[in-house]
Amino acid sequence: MFQDILVSGLVNGGVYALLAIGFSLIFGVARIVNIAHTAFYMLASYALYGLLVKAEFPLVVAIPLSIVSVVALSLVCYKLVIEPVRQHESAVLIATIALALIFQEVLLVGFGGSFLGIPAAVDGFASVLGVRVSNQRLIILAVVAATLTATWFLLYRTRLGLAIRASANDQEIANLMGMNVNRVAMYTVGISVALASIAGVVVAPVFVVDPLMWLSPLVTMLAIVVLGGLGSLKGSLIGAFIIGYVEAITVFAVPAGAFLKGAVALSIMVIVLLIRPEGLFGVVFEEER
Amino acid sequence: MKHLLALPRWVWANLRSEVFVLPSRTLVFVAVLVLLVLPFVYDDPYVLRIITMTAIFAIFAASWDLLAGYTGQVNFGHALFFGVGAYTSAILSRHLGISPWLTIPVAVAVSVAAGALVGGICLRLRGSYLSLVTLALPLIVTGLLFAFPDFSGGELGITGLKRVVTGAVGNYYVAVVLMLVSCFTLWKIGDSNTGLIFHAIREDEVACRASGINTQRYKVLAFLLSALFAGLAGGLFAHFLRVAGPSSLEVALSFQVVIWGVFGGAATIYGPVTAVFLLYPLTEILASFDMFKEVRLLIFAVIVLLVLLFMPGGLVPWLRDKAERVCPRCKHRSVFTRHQCRLCGAELR
Repeated sequence: MFQDILVSGLVNGGVYALLAIGFSLIFGVARIVNIAHTAFYMLASYALYGLLVKAEFPLVVAIPLSIVSVVALSLVCYKLVIEPVRQHESAVLIATIALALIFQEVLLVGFGGSFLGIPAAVDGFASVLGVRVSNQRLIILAVVAATLTATWFLLYRTRLGLAIRASANDQEIANLMGMNVNRVAMYTVGISVALASIAGVVVAPVFVVDPLMWLSPLVTMLAIVVLGGLGSLKGSLIGAFIIGYVEAITVFAVPAGAFLKGAVALSIMVIVLLIRPEGLFGVVFEEER
Repeated sequence: MKHLLALPRWVWANLRSEVFVLPSRTLVFVAVLVLLVLPFVYDDPYVLRIITMTAIFAIFAASWDLLAGYTGQVNFGHALFFGVGAYTSAILSRHLGISPWLTIPVAVAVSVAAGALVGGICLRLRGSYLSLVTLALPLIVTGLLFAFPDFSGGELGITGLKRVVTGAVGNYYVAVVLMLVSCFTLWKIGDSNTGLIFHAIREDEVACRASGINTQRYKVLAFLLSALFAGLAGGLFAHFLRVAGPSSLEVALSFQVVIWGVFGGAATIYGPVTAVFLLYPLTEILASFDMFKEVRLLIFAVIVLLVLLFMPGGLVPWLRDKAERVCPRCKHRSVFTRHQCRLCGAELR
């Protein structure tokens, strides 16, 4: 059981980390609470299903194509829907909720409400620490690790990354230093949705694909981001593994744990916030006036 | 004869000078009259049922507005109070067999207690943190309910509850009258001194505290009042549908109320109520056509999106600003056809 917890927590935590870091990036740079974030994750799963199972593209084509198309769609949505109302914080919220609902309903009409399965890219099992782990889960781990490293490289070792971090730190000063803040915000949306769609593509063969699959990771992701501190990338990463392990421990070690895993994870978030209202690694923002 | 006519004449004079001078007030007056006499004219049970549900959700949306619109504590888990109200009255009614006339007040009390708890938790949080934490709370309660299925009915919820009164018309009047009373009370609270402090807390809490106002106490008060009316709506909902299920705690319901609130225009009370009266029947009517059944949520979301793009402040304030102008001197409103303020005579531009 101990090994089960170890592996399952690692895999789930990794997927959560991809989602939470993307969400944190958009929040940090553009101050957008993007409720539709996990809807893009769902869209990527569906795109992979459509391309791989329906259109029978080979895997090497289907995966990049679904990621690129979802990112392109997100940029269009950002330009058409989010940017015109960015001044109104509550309007942005509603707009992203409405977007998520629209995606959900379009998928419901297009693919039906049934659970869809995607064949695993690789079959078989490997033995890690004495636990039988499917190879697909190992691939998830590898992809997550690679993506996180790439994101880290992009953010901390390139000029674009510098601009993104600068905008997140202080939008106005970044603008005064000659960065095109709006364009940086757009790049950030692209990167963030790319992370979400990578997560969607790698988990699609393991989880079932259905039009409501965006709701449960949404709540977990929000819990992680709040737990780690809004806008803090380090916080999101650590928060993701904390919540991943808490869920794994609840499921494996507590009776009726499957029902309680969300409740326990969220309760931990609430408790942490009561002790430290800005989250584990959050920065206390000066009240904006 | 003169004495007999004194009261109607007084009422008419007041109506003419206070209500009919502004299109918004006239509209509210007409709407209230229509709601009250509708069952005498047209008692189709399907229509009455839709309006009853609309009235229940209107209380819920208005209660959210007091907390999120006025006080700025944007609650993303308002379904918590609704669900607590629904489940409390359902459990009391099912396990103890108490009459709805007693269970709903108890449900309101429990919901207020929940409001005190949530308000206490949320005192330390602000902005997006508050929204996201409150989003989590109903989910924690749902998890607990699922973990004790014998008590809560699990996924199916608690079914077979009693109606408040028998008959569609009776239930209609219970819901509509309570809705009118609640919304008017909420609007009055929003218009009062307390409401002014709520506005101030939303705009600038630090300045508000610097002016010697105990903002913590007022924030908890906002949570209590909001939970009171949301719990009332939840209790009515459970006894009207005769079931209290996990759907009353869903994220979707919490989002729905946010959509109603922002779509109608936050911090107005009448805005969210109008939004519910437009959007809820719309989705129900769309659902009754087979061709729209599948896409009704899609149509709903697209309408919301379009309204937001063109009127980010909400539908009702946008319409109101078209129909009425604010006097630059005395800040009272006059109908847009006037060139001078109806009260102080100042030039309207």
